[in-house]
Amino acid sequence: MEQRGLARLRLPGLLALLAALAARTPRVSASGDLNLWPLPVSLKTTPRLFYLSPGNFFFGHSPTSKAGPSCAVLQEAFRRYYDYIFGFYKWHHGHNKIPSEMELQKLEVSVIMDPECDSFPSITSDESYTLLVKGPVATLTANRVWGVLRGLETFSQLIYQDSYGTFTANESNIVDSPRFPHRGILIDTSRHFLPVKTILKTLDAMAFNKFNVLHWHIVDDQSFPYQSISFPELSNKGSYSLSHVYTPNDVRTVIEYARLRGIRVLPEFDSPGHTESWGKGQKDLLTPCYHAREPSGTFGPINPILNSTYSFLSKLFKEISTVFPDEFIHLGGDEVNFNCWVLDMISTMKKRSIVWQEVYDDEGKLLPGTVVQVWKMGDFYKELENITAAGFPVIISAPWYLDVINYGQDWRQYYSVKPLNFAGTPEQKQLVIGGEACIWGEYVDATNLTPRLWPRASAVGERLWSPQEVTDLDDAYRRLTRHRCRMVRRGIAAQPLFTGYCEHEGRM
Amino acid sequence: MAGSTLRFSLLLAAAFAGRATALWPWPQYIQTSELRYTIFPQSFQFQYHLSSAAQVGCSVLDEAFQRYRDLLFGSVAFRFPHPIEKRHTSEKNSLVVLVVTPGCDQFPSLGSVENYTLTINDEQSLLLSETVWGALRGLETFSQLIWRSPEGTFYVNKTDIEDFPRFPHRGLLLDTSRHYLPLASILDTLDVMAYNKFNVFHWHLVDDSSFPYESFTFPELTKKGSYNPATHIYTAQDVKEVIEYARLRGIRVLAEFDTPGHTLSWGPGVPGLLTPCYSGSHPSGTFGPVNPALNNTYEFMSTFFLEISTVFPDFYLHLGGDEVDFTCWKSNPDIQAFMKKKGFGDDFKKLESFYIQTLLDIVSAYGKGYVVWQEVFDNKVKVRPDTIIQVWREEIPVKYVKELALVTRAGFRALLSAPWYLNHITYGPDWKEIYLVEPLAFEGSPEQKALVIGGEACMWGEYVDSTNLVPRLWPRAGAVAERLWSNKMVSNLDFAFKRLAHFRCELLRRGVQAQPLSVGYCDMEFEQT
Repeated sequence: MEQRGLARLRLPGLLALLAALAARTPRVSASGDLNLWPLPVSLKTTPRLFYLSPGNFFFGHSPTSKAGPSCAVLQEAFRRYYDYIFGFYKWHHGHNKIPSEMELQKLEVSVIMDPECDSFPSITSDESYTLLVKGPVATLTANRVWGVLRGLETFSQLIYQDSYGTFTANESNIVDSPRFPHRGILIDTSRHFLPVKTILKTLDAMAFNKFNVLHWHIVDDQSFPYQSISFPELSNKGSYSLSHVYTPNDVRTVIEYARLRGIRVLPEFDSPGHTESWGKGQKDLLTPCYHAREPSGTFGPINPILNSTYSFLSKLFKEISTVFPDEFIHLGGDEVNFNCWVLDMISTMKKRSIVWQEVYDDEGKLLPGTVVQVWKMGDFYKELENITAAGFPVIISAPWYLDVINYGQDWRQYYSVKPLNFAGTPEQKQLVIGGEACIWGEYVDATNLTPRLWPRASAVGERLWSPQEVTDLDDAYRRLTRHRCRMVRRGIAAQPLFTGYCEHEGRM
Repeated sequence: MAGSTLRFSLLLAAAFAGRATALWPWPQYIQTSELRYTIFPQSFQFQYHLSSAAQVGCSVLDEAFQRYRDLLFGSVAFRFPHPIEKRHTSEKNSLVVLVVTPGCDQFPSLGSVENYTLTINDEQSLLLSETVWGALRGLETFSQLIWRSPEGTFYVNKTDIEDFPRFPHRGLLLDTSRHYLPLASILDTLDVMAYNKFNVFHWHLVDDSSFPYESFTFPELTKKGSYNPATHIYTAQDVKEVIEYARLRGIRVLAEFDTPGHTLSWGPGVPGLLTPCYSGSHPSGTFGPVNPALNNTYEFMSTFFLEISTVFPDFYLHLGGDEVDFTCWKSNPDIQAFMKKKGFGDDFKKLESFYIQTLLDIVSAYGKGYVVWQEVFDNKVKVRPDTIIQVWREEIPVKYVKELALVTRAGFRALLSAPWYLNHITYGPDWKEIYLVEPLAFEGSPEQKALVIGGEACMWGEYVDSTNLVPRLWPRAGAVAERLWSNKMVSNLDFAFKRLAHFRCELLRRGVQAQPLSVGYCDMEFEQT
């Protein structure tokens, strides 16, 4: 079992032992027709089949589980996954009689430790689970609800319809946990506004791919759609229009929808560059540029020499640190010199910071524990080596800029990235906490986000979840083709990998 | 010539002044003024002029009036205005349509006249056209002239437009073989084509990957060659619906049945049709192109294309003829024997020619004309002089500009597609490159240039299905549409960007999932369902 990153990330007792036994290499015995994505750490299946009937199957809590019907995260998930599994067929009650010894009637869920039903997921959340598929009762065991969510997704992927339309699952035994704790998708709602519905759809698809971080690049030069309670003028004047705004209620909706899927919402308020839209609603915040001796009428980054700047930023970030429950705030800092003052300010708010790599490149000195996100394609392995040598945790994005498009099967190149393929000690490698697929918004809005993101981001999803030995491109192609059809069936307009078809074509 | 250039650019400048000038594609001649008329949705009507050859009962225009009412005003119901209600000169209550020649029940053709004039002034509000097809183009333009104030009032400015297409063949190719496209995707595409004044839907129905066209003479073709014979097919009813839906929008359906290559999906349904490939002295179990050495092949083609000629009303059929791989033919002893018998030596191009010539004779006998891919010309197949050659290769055997010169010098009509393969994608605003293509920028006489009848934007299906078709197609295909419709001199990128960005927002408003050109927003964004 690999453990990544932060010192306090510890896999609690029991499951760690199980996982350690099972980990090593992924084994797919009696491979059959398995379409799992991402592939689990350990998977054993037998040719023995069990059948499910939509009218006679349910999810339930084990009597010994620490979570029960009052756990919203699980109750909501049960309902969702029932839908995903039985889909169009759930109303067909007249099921052919299944001999009871061949029927799978229940998935019994057991949470071993404090379930964290009402918490937000965090970087240290335990997502491990074990899944035993057998009749009449299958079992899903996890330390926390977050592992249950991942296990439910896997369970739903194990069930298929045989040629007579019967819902079928092979007897299986799965032990699973993520390779990296930070598996993110970056969306950009400044270059183009994304309606809340589109963001929620993206969260659905993320859960299908076991992503657990929505990196919300919420504002930038072009527009300021975040409606601030302390500074309402920022979005009043800086948004594209008053209907292109995320109200506090919208933000809460996104955060809760994400939480129910075990996904963290990481807000990014990029400064001091990329802030043109801030200037419209906040006088004197930006630096007036000069042409010869006269102000040219244009503005540069945030003006660092005024006291008003600091009181403004401090108040704004105080609000942000309350609105967004995650431990981390992304402070941006790309493509311009960064002011370390902001980092200090964030730490006084009991939050931790993530910054783009330039902040490290330019400053070198950062508060310990600051996470650095590597995005420059150049020699990103060298950059990983340097940053981890300096002791900072890193997030990898450089090879995963999905807004950059090409003709053909570029998912193969995302899939083949080896995140730890840099020179460094085992301790350095531990500092790679994960990665993010970024879909920047210059040429992307609600019209093309979904097909451009999926299933290309799925390739990143498996790279960050599955053991590093899972690299077979042919097998990945086979599984991913089916996984994309599964996403289409669940209402995600995931585009094709290549020539072929899905039983249920998307009608978008 | 110089004089007309000057007049033209002055018009462009004048056009910038008004706000109702975000037209796409840009008309040949336009004059607008700041003077505007109010339109009240409840009382606005499309009407036939008393002396129009088309009157109520003309399916093409009746339906179009309904469509454009819905597009403009949504579900606002029409109420007959009270007879004594005062008419203000600043109001427009109707657009009067006058069509000169009857022909509401015909199909559009390569020779259809699409000219129209649109006159909106104090005295009249008139759309005048030779044919119903021209009226359709004019209605689209009219719909783009109407704008809405922030308070929600509809206006149209005083405008004079005289318009006609630069090229008569303005096509869009969809590939329903690499991926099946649901019928609704095709119909939706026809709508957006009409918004862009495209007039040919080139339907690449079948290919190696699947055979979704349900043939009534050879039902085994779909039964064995489609992805799923129950769901992934186009029934006779579907095909009829596409043809009629297209006709109502002034769009021709050019059906392509590509042979002798690109036919793997035909094989399972018609035993013996494809060439068995050999490995050494034994059949390898794989198949190559259509077997040109058997009489059965030609009998099959005769029957099959008789059906196709009947089902598709357009004068033209597309017979393909591209990318024939000779390896399999070379390996097969029966083919080798046939070559010897015919005296073709080792020249498999002669064999290909033999096949294609026989096929063209078959199709000609059914009274059809045909379009073929450029290889047929490159390989010197003897074809009828009225054959249309579609140029699709960018560099090989020569640059496409040169290829156009060669094709037209040989006296054939040409269609350009090479620079417009929209399935090819790159980061950034690639519509600019697409837009700046000048189809007649080759060396040749005026007679040669006149032989270029237009072009087609192609959306091949290897990586495209209904999940990503629409945003990948629009508004990029719009760049091709304007190049084929508007005057050659309309080529300024800033002017185009402004209008195209506006047009893509209009497409969103009309429910089309058209992707953005650059950063920014639309008042009405695309809403996920």
